[in-house]
Amino acid sequence: MNRREFFKKTSIAGLAAYSYVKFGNNNIFAQSENPYDLVAIKGGEPEAMFDKAMQSLGGMKNFVKKNQTVVIKPNIGWNSTPERAANTNPKLVSQIIKHCYEAGAKKVYVFDHTCDSWQSCYDTSMIEKYANDAGATVVTGNSESYYHPVNVPKGKKLKDATVHELILESDVFINVPVLKNHGGAGLTISMKNLMGIVWDRRFWHRNDLHQCIADFATYRKPDLNIVDAYNVMKRNGPRGVSEEDVVTMKSQIISTDIVAADAAAAKLFGKEPAELDYIKYASELGIGKMDLSKLNINRIIL
Amino acid sequence: MDLQFLKKIRVIISLIFFISVSVLYFDLSFSIQSWFADYPLFLQFIPSFLKLISVGFLAGLGFFIVLILTILFGRVYCSTICPLGIFQDIILFIRRKIKRINFDLKSPWNKTRYTILTITILLFLLGISLGLNLLDPYSNYGRIVNNIFRPTAIGVNNLSASILESLGIYFISPMEFVGVKLFSFIFSLSILILVAWMSVKNGRLFCNSICPVGTFLGLISKFSIFKIGIIESNCIKCGDCETVCKSSCINSADEQIDFSRCVGCFNCFDVCPSIGITYLPRYKKEKAVVPNNSKRDFFKNIGIFLIGSNLIAKAQQKIEVYKLNTVPVIRNTPVSPPGSLSIENFNDNCTACHLCVASCPTQVLQPSFLEYGLLQIMQPRMDYKSSYCTFECKICSEVCPSGAIVNQDLEAKKTIQLGKVNFIKENCVVYTQKTDCGACAEHCPTKAVKMELDIEVNKNAPVTNQEICVGCGACEFACPTKPYKAIYVDGNPVHQIAQKPQEEKLEEKVDLKEAFPF
Repeated sequence: MNRREFFKKTSIAGLAAYSYVKFGNNNIFAQSENPYDLVAIKGGEPEAMFDKAMQSLGGMKNFVKKNQTVVIKPNIGWNSTPERAANTNPKLVSQIIKHCYEAGAKKVYVFDHTCDSWQSCYDTSMIEKYANDAGATVVTGNSESYYHPVNVPKGKKLKDATVHELILESDVFINVPVLKNHGGAGLTISMKNLMGIVWDRRFWHRNDLHQCIADFATYRKPDLNIVDAYNVMKRNGPRGVSEEDVVTMKSQIISTDIVAADAAAAKLFGKEPAELDYIKYASELGIGKMDLSKLNINRIIL
Repeated sequence: MDLQFLKKIRVIISLIFFISVSVLYFDLSFSIQSWFADYPLFLQFIPSFLKLISVGFLAGLGFFIVLILTILFGRVYCSTICPLGIFQDIILFIRRKIKRINFDLKSPWNKTRYTILTITILLFLLGISLGLNLLDPYSNYGRIVNNIFRPTAIGVNNLSASILESLGIYFISPMEFVGVKLFSFIFSLSILILVAWMSVKNGRLFCNSICPVGTFLGLISKFSIFKIGIIESNCIKCGDCETVCKSSCINSADEQIDFSRCVGCFNCFDVCPSIGITYLPRYKKEKAVVPNNSKRDFFKNIGIFLIGSNLIAKAQQKIEVYKLNTVPVIRNTPVSPPGSLSIENFNDNCTACHLCVASCPTQVLQPSFLEYGLLQIMQPRMDYKSSYCTFECKICSEVCPSGAIVNQDLEAKKTIQLGKVNFIKENCVVYTQKTDCGACAEHCPTKAVKMELDIEVNKNAPVTNQEICVGCGACEFACPTKPYKAIYVDGNPVHQIAQKPQEEKLEEKVDLKEAFPF
């Protein structure tokens, strides 16, 4: 914990304690119960689906409190247009940012550690433009100086990593992967998307990719996982060759449980969750539930 | 006629050229190079000359414009267009602010300058452009900026970024810099020191002794239509012109000027109290190796000190279960940039000005050492250890002033095959570790590298298709294996056209009203 983080955390803790004393049981930070473990929605535009899904989760105010800082981590890995679905849908990113500000967020950051040069990815994906227009601060994820070492004590093969400081310092972490085919991992969804918040990805590739993906998910679970499945790349992933690789599925999956989100997204894609080693490993590590029958799911078809 | 105003015009034009050229090297956002580079660069003498030969008359028009200017007014190129010349003027300007200096007439270094010019031309006629590479003033300025000033600027940028970042402001983005290459750095530094020292001591002596362009234009200016001369009737013999002459070519006592050494700075016009020195029409009576990686990496790391503390290697202990692989990568041909047509065309026309290096957003273009050969030293190559070539980018071909990299239509660029992919199964994680990886296929823009099930290990393993490979090096860069890569690109001596990837229609219907499969 660095100094800035320390001050931030202690002042928030102080404020919380104060408000508890002052407002007693009606304290403004009281968390309303989440009625659902997972919301799956389909048939609408990204913004409309997100509005509706969040409504059923009690709104963004359940996840973002007044004056909190939020970091949103979409997939912006490739110098590729929104139609090719290699990156998260920019309209969805924009809508999430708006919800955060409506819930009273002080500041919303957006970044990804891209594969292609970050300027071109941010630009071609349209995410930089949409995020800026919605009032977010777009930050580079491609500077090693922003990454700080952390331990992954529960990891089996991945014991440490360096993580982007926005993840370390922000109060709320919203993970916004795009669902797509992936040559190495099978599918890339929420857990795989976390590779974009660490610096050294080659280590993962050398040391059992699936185990490392699962290991790292033990480090910090995102407060919310929003899987974009509006346009889905069915083959040649994760970069894709052309728009021919893409089908429009107009779907979205939202959950606080990163394993459940990936399991549901895998099913949506047409794969059994157990086919993907990292989902299996993550479930074994107790990170979340891959057995969807045990979850309270809200299914919405618009 | 009083031509005092010419000095002011010269200063303004020269600053425009100097700033325009420099800004190409300093733009860390890579937003201006591709559309702006042509304007200040088409008049650079050696690059336009090479472009004239390799591409054609229109492309090399700048060469003729400089020749015509010289035939009209002498070596005005040296004081208005040549960035290395203007750079020396700036050094002198600063030097004069510190302490006044007076020049005086000196005899020309004729043996030196004509010998260097002769050797350069002879080498060139023999097909060896090494002389041009090492001595072209524009390219030398480019190398000085790219290898010394630009890294410094990146250091300043990164330092400012880290100061702002500590305040929670992300306004400036730091740039991950792959470092400077040792030989290019030392060579550029030597030229910088030589040029700076010579100019502080002797004004434009570099331009009148070493620079082959200066000597060549000097020869032409002997036949200039307008020459600077002293008007006997006006001259009051104050000698002021001689003391301001950076080229030390004015003999005020005898009212003689060695116009072959005059760089057309017009300082003498400016200082003359009696319009005694001016342009006179000519017809009037004249008074008037094998690189060692570990060593190179070590020196490359020295460059890191230039670019701020944030790049200091973070020594982090990792528990690597990974086994080191054993098959070394042996590349038969280095990879030249897209648009260079062939290694031969590239080597013949490149002056190693390093503008493509400075303009490359991914930093895959790096100065070579001996990869192309001794005679092609410092010419840029695709360094897939540093990065890879972005499929949708062709900035290098847009900025190249010499025709070494020829501008291509973007769709055409996407099919240029710089080299071919080669897979070394024995080095691959999928086979050595029996775990999934796929980093190479992930990055491949054409799926010339695909992951397909290999029943031998019951894992998806890389399968390559050289026909659709463009040789961008993304697979090689992404490959995580150590110490050797399991996949690499071997250069094509002559660039080929890659086949376009065949796309089958995706047969998949989505029913948006169908219930969720869970």
